[in-house]
Amino acid sequence: MINESRRGFMGKAFGAVAAVGAVGSLVAMKRSWDPLPSVMAAGFTTVDMSKLEENKLEIVKWQGKPIFLLKFAADMPAVEKRSVKVGEHYYSVMIGLCTHLGCIPAYSSANKQFKCACHGGEFNAAGIHTFGPPPRPLDIPPFAIKDENTIVLGESSPEYEALIASLSTDNNIA
Amino acid sequence: MFSLIVGLVVAVVLLVVNIVLLKISFVPKELRILTIISIMVGYVYWGFEPFAHHEMHPHVAEASYEFDGKGDIEALEAQAKEIEAKGGDRSALDTEIAQTKEFWSNVVAISELSGNVETGSELVVANCTACHSIESEGFPKLMEDTDAAAAYGVTPPDLSLAGRIYDKNYLAAFIINPVKAMHIEHKYPVTGSKVFPMPGSDWMSNQEIADMVAYLQEVASKVDAPTVADGASDFEIAKAKNKEVFEAACVRCHSMEYAGIDAKTSAEAMREYIGATPPDLSQHIRSRGADYLHNFINDPQRKLPGTGMPRVGLTLEAEKQVVDYMEQIGDSKKQEREALGPIVLIYLTILAVFALLWKKQIWKKLH
Amino acid sequence: MAEFEKANSIGEWFDQRLNTSGFWRVMMTEYWIPKNINFLWAMGALLAMLFTLLLVTGIFLLMYYKPDVNMAFDSVNYTIMQEVAYGWIFRNIHGVGASVVFLVIYIHMFTGIYYGSYKKGREMIWLSGMLLFVLFSAEGFSGYMLPWGQMSYWAAYVITEIFGGIPFIGDELVIWIRGNFYVADATLTRFFMLHVLLIPLAILGAIVFHFYTLRFPHVNNEEGEFFDYKEESEKYLAGNQKESKVIAFWPDFLSKDFMVISIFMIFFFYLVFYHNAFAMDPVNFDKADGLKTPAHIYPEWYFLWSYEVLRGFFFDIAGISGKSLGLIAFGFAQIIFVLLPWLDKSPMVKPANQRPVFKYWFWILMADLFVLTIFGKLPPTGINAWVGFYASISFIVLFLALPYLTKLEAKMVGGK
Repeated sequence: MINESRRGFMGKAFGAVAAVGAVGSLVAMKRSWDPLPSVMAAGFTTVDMSKLEENKLEIVKWQGKPIFLLKFAADMPAVEKRSVKVGEHYYSVMIGLCTHLGCIPAYSSANKQFKCACHGGEFNAAGIHTFGPPPRPLDIPPFAIKDENTIVLGESSPEYEALIASLSTDNNIA
Repeated sequence: MFSLIVGLVVAVVLLVVNIVLLKISFVPKELRILTIISIMVGYVYWGFEPFAHHEMHPHVAEASYEFDGKGDIEALEAQAKEIEAKGGDRSALDTEIAQTKEFWSNVVAISELSGNVETGSELVVANCTACHSIESEGFPKLMEDTDAAAAYGVTPPDLSLAGRIYDKNYLAAFIINPVKAMHIEHKYPVTGSKVFPMPGSDWMSNQEIADMVAYLQEVASKVDAPTVADGASDFEIAKAKNKEVFEAACVRCHSMEYAGIDAKTSAEAMREYIGATPPDLSQHIRSRGADYLHNFINDPQRKLPGTGMPRVGLTLEAEKQVVDYMEQIGDSKKQEREALGPIVLIYLTILAVFALLWKKQIWKKLH
Repeated sequence: MAEFEKANSIGEWFDQRLNTSGFWRVMMTEYWIPKNINFLWAMGALLAMLFTLLLVTGIFLLMYYKPDVNMAFDSVNYTIMQEVAYGWIFRNIHGVGASVVFLVIYIHMFTGIYYGSYKKGREMIWLSGMLLFVLFSAEGFSGYMLPWGQMSYWAAYVITEIFGGIPFIGDELVIWIRGNFYVADATLTRFFMLHVLLIPLAILGAIVFHFYTLRFPHVNNEEGEFFDYKEESEKYLAGNQKESKVIAFWPDFLSKDFMVISIFMIFFFYLVFYHNAFAMDPVNFDKADGLKTPAHIYPEWYFLWSYEVLRGFFFDIAGISGKSLGLIAFGFAQIIFVLLPWLDKSPMVKPANQRPVFKYWFWILMADLFVLTIFGKLPPTGINAWVGFYASISFIVLFLALPYLTKLEAKMVGGK
């Protein structure tokens, strides 16, 4: 009887050690699905802001998403906690996906507003929702201001952190 | 032929050993079987790997970093002896041997002179910077790489690092007679119509050449180490230094796709220039191996007679940096592999011990 | 259908529906294996393990590999080897595994030949095993093409060229197999399909069949002894396990298999980490170039012996061209092992060293295969070509002589 249980013990011990190896190889398998270094490196998009024209929407692609870049004209007041100052000008830097169900809103320079064709949501030039189903303003991607004409999307910065922090406090109040 | 006989004799001996082993009863049977199988597997492995490679890739003279012409003279003398043995006429080669001896004894004499950096500087500006840039000293490229390739056949090298990565003797030899220093006489025969883009400066005095070499060495010693990101690991720092040497030594002709490096001279221009496209070097560390690369870079003609690649005259250290860089790009997971290997093997040993104990428990009741 | 009682455990619930306990008993605890065996009997389980490793690593390679002549090389050597986390280990296991699986197949196969495990009712075991050998060979060959290096290309070129030797239809057949006049994108994509789908499916089926063929004739043992399994298994079940000549598949037999596998894995992973160049030829790290044949081309080591038989005939004999003779000899070498149960006319089922004639035949065959393998890699010039020729002739003569030698042996032992 003792013999029986000892035999059972050795079998279980062997099984346990084998299981450790199996788990180890699962880690390698999991890691092989992680985005490749080249994908991660491509997660940054450098934008030359000097090419933007006032009140005309520019769309660049960052991590597969459309990013709205809008240079404010003199008659467009900067919006606190939304607008980004690069060099002398204010800009909207936003992920161009409607916060309702992810369609891409279109910009009308005449009305200075975004309109989403899917369910009629509307946002102003700063990306704040003004009408329809969108639950919150357009999201802001991580960005870093490099110099008076250049920002890098995908890289965090104190300016970005400050914007996000103020947004979350606003949401709490709402 | 000798190794063939040895191999066959070994095979017969092994078979006899196997048959004898089957009969030795005081050794546990499973151990005897394991021994027999290990011997047979080891023998076949020896045959299709080390032995076959030995037969397919005959040994050549060891790489030499002296650049004193000894190897060149020995090779020519061996060639002459061969011709003589076949009853041919070796007088043409004897002339060449005499010339080569004189050429290299001159180079060795130059290396013993002490060069004057200032005179060297004047000479280099007067004679070299019309075609060569020295960017670290503020002598810019006069043409874009592609235009330069079109004008000269190949993009001329920047000389900022020349005094560090190229051997001192080699530089002297190169300035006097580039074709001879590079071992590409077969591409640019003295009597041929094709002329190497850089003219030799055999009209200069030994002292002048020593001055130029001294200046180039001085320039190279002032080049700053390549910049790396803050907090870069030792590995990254070494890699950046290796890359700098690789780019100076190889990239005029070769690309390195896996490092995002394009050759400065286009493939078409290279075909025009040497009659072949230099290979991309991304995987050469795997396809050729470090040993071969060392021997090859040191003197390409010795490993691959007739190749268009010149002897570039790298110092041992620079050459090591080049090969290391090829490994860092082409076998980039080497560190990870060597770190993981022992862990896996130790784990498997533990697993095997447990498997052995379990089997012993189970089989106790059976025997 | 009888009414089911409420199950008291998950195990019972499945047992009621699937008879899991009955299945386990038939397949495992009361599947009988002879006790008189050595570690060579673990090669089958070891092969199952290696095949599993190849299958799993293959699945991971498949997720980044691109079967396209312009992308294949870099998808392997850059994406998988340099970029994908642990991609290098999946590839090294796959490459080394493909080579080592043949080593174990050969040990398994020659164990069978040595102990006479293809005779007297065990013919189907042998035949299904040889089918697996052919399938693994096809799998190895098709997989070797995928990295699209110089060896991949030229091996594919030369081996498909062999079909050109078939009378009348040869030339068209070569073009049909390649899907082009040369080895091209169509060739790569179809061999990719064969490698990742059709042949693995066939191998899985053949493995199941190979296991099944063992069921009735039972596994052979070290002395070739025939005994009553029913009687011996009753002894075992009655608790008289020390006297019984059989052991249970689980846990007795498998505990030994696991031990052999575990020890073998140390050797295997040593190769994977530190010594993989023998399985991943340096020449194949040069991108395929249809206009430049490498200085030396040769197959992987496990095909060398039959490759040497193919090129052993380098001159015409009796008006038949060397090329045709080589092809005929190659065809002979491919099928002759399959016929072994019918070439061996001796009724004796014993290890080779106890058989008065067969023992010489076996060791000479081994020596000949060693010579063929080693010279199969050397450049076929001068003395090497003649060694190859005589070794090829010897191979053929050995098999042609086998029926006569074994008849002689049968007379000597008097039909025992």
